[in-house]
Amino acid sequence: MSDSDLEAFRAETRQWLEANCPLEMREPVRDEEDVYWGGRNASFKNDAQKAWFEACRQKGYTVPEWPKEYGGAGLTPAQGKVLRQEMAAINARPPLSSFGIWMLGPALLHFGTEGQKQRFLNEIANGEIRWCQGYSEPGSGSDLVSMQTFGEDKGDHWVVNGQKIWTSYADEADWIFCLVRTDKDNKYQGITFMLFDMASDGVSTKPIKLISGNSPFCETFMDDVTVPKSYGEDIPGYVGEINRGWDVAKYLLGHEREMISATGGGDRATSLGAVASRQGALDPVLRAEIAMFDVDALAYTAMSEKFMDELKSGKGHPAQPNMMKYAGTELNKRRNELVMAAGGSHALEWESEASNGGKAARGWLRTKANSIEGGTSEVMLNVISKRILDLPGA
Amino acid sequence: MPLYYDDDQTMLAETASQFMGEEGSIKNQLRHWRDRDCKDGFGHGLWKQFAEMGFTGMLVDEDDGGLGMGQVEAGIVLEEIGRNLTPSPFLSSSVLAATALKHGSNDVKGRWLPDLISGDKVYAMAIDEGPKHRPERIATRAEKSGNGFRLSGKKDFVVYGASSEMIVVAARTSGSDDDKDGITLFAVPQDASGMSHDSVRLVDSSMASHVSFDNVELDGDAVIGEVDGGRAILDAVLMAGRVGSAAEGVGVARGAMDMTVDYIKQRKQFGRLIGEFQALQHRAAHLYSEVEIARAVTVKAAQLVDGGSEKAELMTSVAKAKVAKAAGLAVREGVQMHGGIGMTDEYDIGLYMKRDRALQEFLGDQYYHAGRVAELSGY
Repeated sequence: MSDSDLEAFRAETRQWLEANCPLEMREPVRDEEDVYWGGRNASFKNDAQKAWFEACRQKGYTVPEWPKEYGGAGLTPAQGKVLRQEMAAINARPPLSSFGIWMLGPALLHFGTEGQKQRFLNEIANGEIRWCQGYSEPGSGSDLVSMQTFGEDKGDHWVVNGQKIWTSYADEADWIFCLVRTDKDNKYQGITFMLFDMASDGVSTKPIKLISGNSPFCETFMDDVTVPKSYGEDIPGYVGEINRGWDVAKYLLGHEREMISATGGGDRATSLGAVASRQGALDPVLRAEIAMFDVDALAYTAMSEKFMDELKSGKGHPAQPNMMKYAGTELNKRRNELVMAAGGSHALEWESEASNGGKAARGWLRTKANSIEGGTSEVMLNVISKRILDLPGA
Repeated sequence: MPLYYDDDQTMLAETASQFMGEEGSIKNQLRHWRDRDCKDGFGHGLWKQFAEMGFTGMLVDEDDGGLGMGQVEAGIVLEEIGRNLTPSPFLSSSVLAATALKHGSNDVKGRWLPDLISGDKVYAMAIDEGPKHRPERIATRAEKSGNGFRLSGKKDFVVYGASSEMIVVAARTSGSDDDKDGITLFAVPQDASGMSHDSVRLVDSSMASHVSFDNVELDGDAVIGEVDGGRAILDAVLMAGRVGSAAEGVGVARGAMDMTVDYIKQRKQFGRLIGEFQALQHRAAHLYSEVEIARAVTVKAAQLVDGGSEKAELMTSVAKAKVAKAAGLAVREGVQMHGGIGMTDEYDIGLYMKRDRALQEFLGDQYYHAGRVAELSGY
């Protein structure tokens, strides 16, 4: 596509956004209710949220770069970038957030059958089904492949028993994509990437209260859960091949790391110092620290842009998401430390209205998980050492 | 515009990498001239080769005989200069002076540009007054005198000043020292009476001058641009020079990092390669991350400068500061991970540390530019 075509697309996009993105949807996300996750039990916070979602859904803009037949808009990477830039320029909120968009979708686009794509991708794009992810287990954190949840083969179905932990929003999700051991003798090639309904008999969830006081994660228990091997013609109940779920999981971990690095840094395009100084004069040493942080944060925005450009054109190093995840999450933790320092005692308030229910303090504590979930910083550094720097014995 | 090189830029990078890696190598240039106590601090033969490669005039407009390229392309050459620690007046002549001359009259361009492009002459840029970069304050004065000007004052850190046939001098023609306006740029020829150099060798073996101007008589033709209108030109020169020196810094960082990563893959202690130790692996991986980010923001800043974006100034300061942080880390980790041998003159890693130190100070260090990021962001 030529530059002039792209500029025409930009003008068109700007016009479309102007006409379709309600003003209320051009404000920063303030709390959980501002995020629309979709799903069977979803409800909109207000008419603006609904109007924005509907406009995007009809246009294919909940998943702009997915093919049209699966609910996307079929945009090229360059067009997708223009759309992101134009949405960022007016602070437009994402119309739909979901693990289906960020994780299962990319896995299905890569490994899925045509039947799976037709059904599941359209459901995701239309916000009909909310997915959650079942990876970690109580005894399998960084060493994920040691997981024990077992699916016993019963011919046309499995009977699954076990426990997952850190399943994000499992208590609100409709379906789960779940790693299940199907061969106890084969560590890596004995895992199947299953898909099943959270309403199945034997599935139960229990929220985990974090140090932030919030519960974005659950424990998920599976007690004799029946998982069909097929949901209809060309719709297997698993992604990829049986016993080859680890390949899918590895591919998805890359996407998870991209996602965390893309969203985990918060609003990095905005200078922290500009925001922090609105509350009053900053101590000179704190101002200097914040300026040094802003240098790192603004530099990281360029890295993110480069990373996305390279990813879309297939130029980047395959292990680069690990670097992005490491740098992005460490940066976000630093940002929140500085937010707390700039906010002083006001930022300590846990429940007051003035503090928006302790947003600063809870947000600060929540970011501590960023460098643990989806692979710890230490694991990321191991991967960079081994796969990018080619260091020995790593 | 995607944030990676297009086909032409990729080709330029390959050409520059090969040329600098061979002709401009540490052995052939930096050590060669340093060990002979060369008073220029760089090789004129190599500079002529720069001209043959088309590098000297790459930023000069095509109408003026140059290649009409941008900061991204200059950055590609500078990154290779940084990787090989190649001493050359490229940054001072072909980036700083060339950017200043872009704003000159046709007469000024005609007088100076052809010899710059051909590699017959090198030019320098005189901005700093004092040990730290603070171009907001300019005390060197040029008073009206007949049809021309009389220049008086002192400039510091004029890189390769004593070897330059002409020096672009930022001087005050009106107002007080801290005024934004009232600046004029002058092209001062080497033989100008009343100009004297105290040329000193710096830690990285490059040469720089303390230049004194004692009632130097200049004719009106020496003015680049408009009288009292030099601040905008100076800002453009600074932006080009800062994004350029950031690119060189990226090269220094990558050169030091690559050398260090190679070293820890070969060095054995306690019966193991030291690169097997996680204590070193994590530090090397962190360094990789920092250098990658510094490189990305440098290319981004160069693209913004070339595109005339209003964000160019901010991102240029971000790039200069980020590169300083990353390159500083690269050379410190480099020497430490090399152990004792890293302290020896025989080994190249120390040369990276020295070049990084000089580059840090050139056109503002990380503290200056972090401060600018704060100011430009409104706090």
